[in-house]
Amino acid sequence: MINVVNVYKNYSNHQALKGVSMHINKGEVVVILGPSGSGKSTLLRSINGLEDIQSGEIYVDGISVHQSKKNLYQVRQSTGMVFQQFNLFSHKTVLENITMGPIHVQKKKRAEVEIAARLLLEKVGLPGKENSYPAQLSGGQQQRVAIARSLAMHPHVMLFDEPTSALDPELIKEVLEVMSALAAEGMTMIVVTHEMGFARKVADRIIFMDEGMIVEEAPTEVFFSNPQEDRTKQFLSRILI
Amino acid sequence: MYQLHFEIILDYIPAILAGLWITIKISLLSILFGTVIGVAGALAKTSSKTILVVLANIYVEWIRNTPLLIQILFIYFGLGMFFNLSPMIASVAALSIFSGAYITEIIRSGIQAVPKGQTEAALSIGMTEFQTMLLVVMPQAIRRILPPLAGQFITLIKDSSLVSVIAMADLTYVAKNIVTNTFRAFEVWLAIAVFYFALSFVLSLAVRKLERSMAKSD
Repeated sequence: MINVVNVYKNYSNHQALKGVSMHINKGEVVVILGPSGSGKSTLLRSINGLEDIQSGEIYVDGISVHQSKKNLYQVRQSTGMVFQQFNLFSHKTVLENITMGPIHVQKKKRAEVEIAARLLLEKVGLPGKENSYPAQLSGGQQQRVAIARSLAMHPHVMLFDEPTSALDPELIKEVLEVMSALAAEGMTMIVVTHEMGFARKVADRIIFMDEGMIVEEAPTEVFFSNPQEDRTKQFLSRILI
Repeated sequence: MYQLHFEIILDYIPAILAGLWITIKISLLSILFGTVIGVAGALAKTSSKTILVVLANIYVEWIRNTPLLIQILFIYFGLGMFFNLSPMIASVAALSIFSGAYITEIIRSGIQAVPKGQTEAALSIGMTEFQTMLLVVMPQAIRRILPPLAGQFITLIKDSSLVSVIAMADLTYVAKNIVTNTFRAFEVWLAIAVFYFALSFVLSLAVRKLERSMAKSD
């Protein structure tokens, strides 16, 4: 489903990704862990081309993401992205946020798109918020709308870039519940997060990154109970109380 | 002692209204073309193509660092050596090019003030760069820049009085003629100032109303 092959990414003064390869299967939920600056967000963002890469290849559904503009646009339509800062379109209502993609990108009819959007709002637990503006919603509500906005495009895979890091502690749960429900439905998901509880409960597999490389990857149970690498053990000992 | 005779102005109302209409026409056309230039300039300045950025910079700096009066004289008399330009065309051209430089900077600042996450979110649902600019960035940028933009438009209305030097029969030109005929400088110039004030004030009220109606999502 997603194939990352030996990807290198440089910023002007440092290497963010140093030869990263990974494979994500359909229906799999993979959590990427690692200290800040380890390249996990960069990796996620390069999957839908928000970051360009210097060398290597990334395939989504067999399409080489970075090969052409056309591929890029095609992959982005089938790849949902949820951001740390929600990034809802602040000048649009909740309903318009959700329907913009299907209407302007997929050229669907407004009427049918709005029906689907209302169902999505119910799904993320926000019925009745259609006409609110993002600024009128809490962070947790905004993030759930952002998830609905991505889902409206019927993505094959959802990418989550620290979706709860900007939220007040008491709002984190409502977002994680929506994500857990998505995972239970069989959505393919790659999640960059620091929520260990979520990772343990929902992830099929954990990928641990440090300094732009994948240090270790293992099925969730194995990863937490029997980590192999010293760097992983060190990280887990600091993060798990 | 100079006796005030404001009633003299009444005799010249038709001439003043004709001048007012010319001022309005020149201002509106220049606002329109200046905004078109400004949008193009701002897109050039924020583009990734170095050549566009450089060209836009040269344009903006050249215009902002030369006097408007010289620009008007250059276009009408200077370019007039090569092309047959009417005062109307020269006036609108000069004012559009002049205000376009300032509007470029205003719109550029508005575009750059829209958080990067907005662009990323738009791209991530598959929008093209053009759609992202048109549907997400520009609408938010325009809301932010409405006050400085309105200020620029009002400046343009007032600056349009300079085109009277190329015999454009605008409000100021008409006033000059009336003063020449009547020697009623105080009354006439005061009355003309009131007309300019009314024009500018109506525009700023309209913009304020527009701002309020756009503020509903904040």
